[in-house]
Amino acid sequence: MIIGLTLIVVLPVLVLTPLILARYRYGRNSEYRPHWAFSKIADTAIWGVPFLVVIALAIVAWRGTVSLDPYKPIDSNKAPLRVQVVGFDWKWLFIYPDQGVATVNDLVIPTHRPISLQLTSASVMQGFFVPALGSQVDVMNRMVTRLHLEADQEGEFPGKNMQYNGKGFHLQRFATHAVDDEAFQRFADRTRRSGNALDAHVLDALNEKSTAAQLTQEIEPQNAVSKPAALRFGSVPHDLFQAIADHETPDWSSLTSKVPVSSGPATPDDRGEKQP
Amino acid sequence: MNHESHWVLGRLDWSALPFWDALQHPTTMNIVNAIIASGAGAMVILGGLIAAAALTWTKRWRWLWSEWLTSPDHKKIGIMFIVIALVMLARAVIEAVFMRLQQAVGLDGGFLTAEHFGQLFTTHGTIMVFFMAMPFLTGIINYVMPLQIGTRDLSFPVMNTISLGLTAAGAALVMVSLVLAPFSTGGWSGYPSFTESAANPGAGVDYWIWAVTLSTLSSTLTGINFAVTIYKKRAPGMTWFRLPLFTWTALCTSILMIFGMPPLTVATALLALDRYLDFHFFTADLGGNMMNYINLFWAFGHPEVYILILPAFGIFSEIFSTFSGKTLYGYTALVIATLAIAVLSFTVWLHHFFTMGQSAHINAIFGIATMLIGVPTGVKIYDWMLTMFRGRIRFSVPMIYAIGFIMLFVLGGLTGVILAVPSVDYQIHNSLFLVAHFHNMLIPGLLFGMLAGTNLWFPKAFGFRLEERWGRRAAYCWIVGFMMAFFPLYALGVLGMPRRSAAFFEPTYLPWTLIAGIGAIVILVAMLFLLLQLWVSVRDRELNRVPGGDPWDGRSLEWSVSSPPPEYNFPVIPEIHGRDAYMRQKESGGGAHPRPDDYTDITMPANTAMGAIIGMTGFLMAFGLTWYEWWLVMAAGGATLVALVARGFTRQRTRTITAAEVHRQHDTWLRELASLRPVTRAEEQSSANRGLPASPVEGAVQ
Amino acid sequence: MNSTSTRHPGLNLGHAHGEAHEASEELVFGFWVFMMSDLIIFGLLFATYITMLGGTAGGPGPHELFELKSAFIETMLLLISSFTFGMASLALKYRSDRKVLVGWLVVTLLLGLGFIAHELYDFHKMFSEGGVPSRSGFLSAFFALVPLHGLHVTGACIWLVALLGQIAVHGLDTPTKTGLMRLAILWHFLDVVWIGIFSIVYLGGIA
Ligand code: HEM
Ligand SMILES: [Cu+2]
Ligand SMILES: [Cu+2]
Repeated sequence: MIIGLTLIVVLPVLVLTPLILARYRYGRNSEYRPHWAFSKIADTAIWGVPFLVVIALAIVAWRGTVSLDPYKPIDSNKAPLRVQVVGFDWKWLFIYPDQGVATVNDLVIPTHRPISLQLTSASVMQGFFVPALGSQVDVMNRMVTRLHLEADQEGEFPGKNMQYNGKGFHLQRFATHAVDDEAFQRFADRTRRSGNALDAHVLDALNEKSTAAQLTQEIEPQNAVSKPAALRFGSVPHDLFQAIADHETPDWSSLTSKVPVSSGPATPDDRGEKQP
Repeated sequence: MNHESHWVLGRLDWSALPFWDALQHPTTMNIVNAIIASGAGAMVILGGLIAAAALTWTKRWRWLWSEWLTSPDHKKIGIMFIVIALVMLARAVIEAVFMRLQQAVGLDGGFLTAEHFGQLFTTHGTIMVFFMAMPFLTGIINYVMPLQIGTRDLSFPVMNTISLGLTAAGAALVMVSLVLAPFSTGGWSGYPSFTESAANPGAGVDYWIWAVTLSTLSSTLTGINFAVTIYKKRAPGMTWFRLPLFTWTALCTSILMIFGMPPLTVATALLALDRYLDFHFFTADLGGNMMNYINLFWAFGHPEVYILILPAFGIFSEIFSTFSGKTLYGYTALVIATLAIAVLSFTVWLHHFFTMGQSAHINAIFGIATMLIGVPTGVKIYDWMLTMFRGRIRFSVPMIYAIGFIMLFVLGGLTGVILAVPSVDYQIHNSLFLVAHFHNMLIPGLLFGMLAGTNLWFPKAFGFRLEERWGRRAAYCWIVGFMMAFFPLYALGVLGMPRRSAAFFEPTYLPWTLIAGIGAIVILVAMLFLLLQLWVSVRDRELNRVPGGDPWDGRSLEWSVSSPPPEYNFPVIPEIHGRDAYMRQKESGGGAHPRPDDYTDITMPANTAMGAIIGMTGFLMAFGLTWYEWWLVMAAGGATLVALVARGFTRQRTRTITAAEVHRQHDTWLRELASLRPVTRAEEQSSANRGLPASPVEGAVQ
Repeated sequence: MNSTSTRHPGLNLGHAHGEAHEASEELVFGFWVFMMSDLIIFGLLFATYITMLGGTAGGPGPHELFELKSAFIETMLLLISSFTFGMASLALKYRSDRKVLVGWLVVTLLLGLGFIAHELYDFHKMFSEGGVPSRSGFLSAFFALVPLHGLHVTGACIWLVALLGQIAVHGLDTPTKTGLMRLAILWHFLDVVWIGIFSIVYLGGIA
């Protein structure tokens, strides 16, 4: 639509320019009017047509922007799933406040249910983007931005940081796993049961400049090889997101259990799909 | 990075050497990168030494000083600006090729470290904008504009030397950062809080801040100088609506510089306060807000892209009409369109951050405002097509660039409209789509414009035409290379590849990055051809001499004087009776070069060392600030102050050229003119073209 | 009334200097353009200051730090100095007696220096009360805007001293005169900016 409208102005240039060049090439003795410099009809057209096109484009742009506003909740008969996203250098933390769990670089979401994201950065500005699911939005320190997504089908969709934030920037990627409701529930339950606690020590590790792989190496060295880049936390301070956004200390006392690091962490196929 | 400060060296220590890191951690990757970085540093040192040796060998130091560095002549200053631009262009293109090669092999790795890649895109972007594009267009305007409006100099020739000195200082600082590394990795836009000392404590960001500051100060002064010149120094009869279109665009660009540069000065100054004195403008804590920076930066940044593009529009306007042998179509519309673009350019800065979470309505309004700029731009394109329509189009090198421009630029416009729709921008913001878009505007627009302008006015400045064959090959390589290097980036952007990625992990990207890599090589070849063109032209200069001064059957006043023009430009200031002043005179039949009744003494500004001094002290201050060498900052700052105050006390500010001398020189030229054979346009590209066109209309029909 | 004298009152280069006159007009016009650019800088700093009013981060705010009396004294110093510079301009234009001119200029200089001294004293007091720029975004914005004006005044004072030197060495020749005219523009401009600071920063902050 946008391209089509713009082509109304662009295409004649691409087509007519070569024709003019061929026809009025020096030496071809076509008509020559060295002093011709104005035509009312031509001028009306070259001002008028682009102007009309821009008006049409403006309408398209206005409608599109308002209806695809990433801040606008998605219409659905299901209640949205809340996810809080924190950008660190160079990994993403996903907190599920209603499930009381969190993951690093692994966004598991149910299909056909609106996802309501709140985003902030614990470091410099970053850009949160899952190309297959919709808009990108900037995440900024001390600020909370919003984004609403919905996955129409199951699958794995890569997500990225779009805003350069240092040498690990290109490694700051994550997987979005869209699964059915049941599998999602399973994921939440297992993570709650078996994941580590996201305690002060883990938060310190998250705050370091490191990729998810390096982070795993640090807090779960035994899993670093088999399962790089996806950490699960079964217990999270209830105010963690807000505390990070406000530069305050989370309420560590709200951690329910302190599962020792070695007690059977979640495995990748824990998501519920394709269980062997 | 250690932060203890030595009292002389400040923070400068061994670790600034580009190979230091590799000595400490000799991994293969580090060694490869150290070799590349040290090679670049060595090139800088070697280049400096060779230049110095050549000057000593040919005993040219004094000549350099008195004929060039201290010359207040706008033509020489213009040429020096362009020399800076070309040197920096070479460096930035080589850096671009390295980036493209890195991404061509960048699946899961590549050969550059992420840190090195970060410095490459930052220096490339910073250099291209501040030390290639700005000096290039400043140089061309400097050279051409006074000639076009019929005056002998800019309003403030001494300030002009200072502008040159400041730009040279900034460029030198970026060059020095190759030897005493590192440079910033914050991109050309330098967004905090990434560039705050908390995240980036090293000297890199400081280099960037001071280099950019020197450049903006230079451009602000340049803008004032150009605007006042055009306002006050036009020849009698050169009314506003008789100005050549290039001068109009120069005026609009200058006004944009006057109003558009201060936001950047403020942004970098506040960032410097944050970094040096622990202020909290853009930090995350203690009440800072980096969104202020982003707004300030783009309040500069968007007008900046029109500062870059408008002079190129002016150049193309001259080219389309000259090489079509025709009056420019829709002069008034073009002027209005230029003014409209200049004004609108201040109202759209928000489109650079649609994704920061403002309300959809605000985004939509700014998106629509952005599309509105497309209207005057589209009008210009059609005006140029109508200029060619029913003309006699000659495919000289400038015209090839111009045609490449018109065809490619509209595609950039198309993708610009796409990006201006916020809901679409959400999908491709900060992806390679954006990189493809702005290069699509800047290379066919700005760079082709500058190269076309160089081909167009070179014979004016040096007295001989540039060789056509190599010039044409270079132009074709630029066009093809550009398409190969950047069209794939549109695809990569749609596939979701973020800009500034040192590496990637999607095999689907590979074919596209490979094509883009080959395209970059073609561009490198184009650079080589430009060099060959210059070399061949200088070698064969006797064949291509144009003493008549008018090789292209030009239309504006610069073609009415000899090539190169006398330092006072016009023996007698011409009187203007209409648009296309010189063409009018040629067509009027009264003789293209009337002999004036009498000559008068001409007062010209005397040589001055101010530019050299301020350039030097500016560089030393910036260098001292970068490395925390406070004694140097204070000494250089003190010297600047002394120089400025001392300048106020000088009274020997002008030099007089006697009427007799002017008369003698003019006579010599007129005699030479009389001996030339007028040529038709058919012979334009042959050595028969001595710069004296046959009576125009007849010549064009052949 | 001839047209040039209304365009730039104060320009009195005598009738023998046709070309010098034009050149000086260009200088003065150029200086005006420069002032416009400078005004943008101040405008942006004002805007930054206003957006950061809330960013006190728990540190001292306008109420704790600003003293209206002191700011008022500074305002008066600057306003009077503008007046005395105006007198100097009149002397430059209508009086052949150089002493009167120099007298007014010296008074202006002293007032300017008084302003700077008073401002420095204010800053010193703010510092001792914990009002340092590293404390908060609000204080950062304050210490970018107000001292930048102070720096301008300092620069103007240095220029004034230099011009007094030029008068001593070269007398009242054309370069000195145009120098004085441009400095006058700068001086009055700084006065206007200060009135902005006084009303937005001080009055606005305490109100
Ligand atoms: C001559 C051929 C050129 C090539 C091959 C080239 C290539 C590149 C590449 C590979 C990047 C990095 C893209 C990324 O972020 O992944 C880049 C960035 C950039 N280029 Fe160019 N470029 C060229 C010319 C220009 C010109 C003429 C200009 C401006 C006048 C320019 C301005 C920039 C800017 C501003 C950036 C952004 C830097 C940043 O990310 O901060 N380039 N270019
Ligand atoms: Cu924000
Ligand atoms: Cu823009």
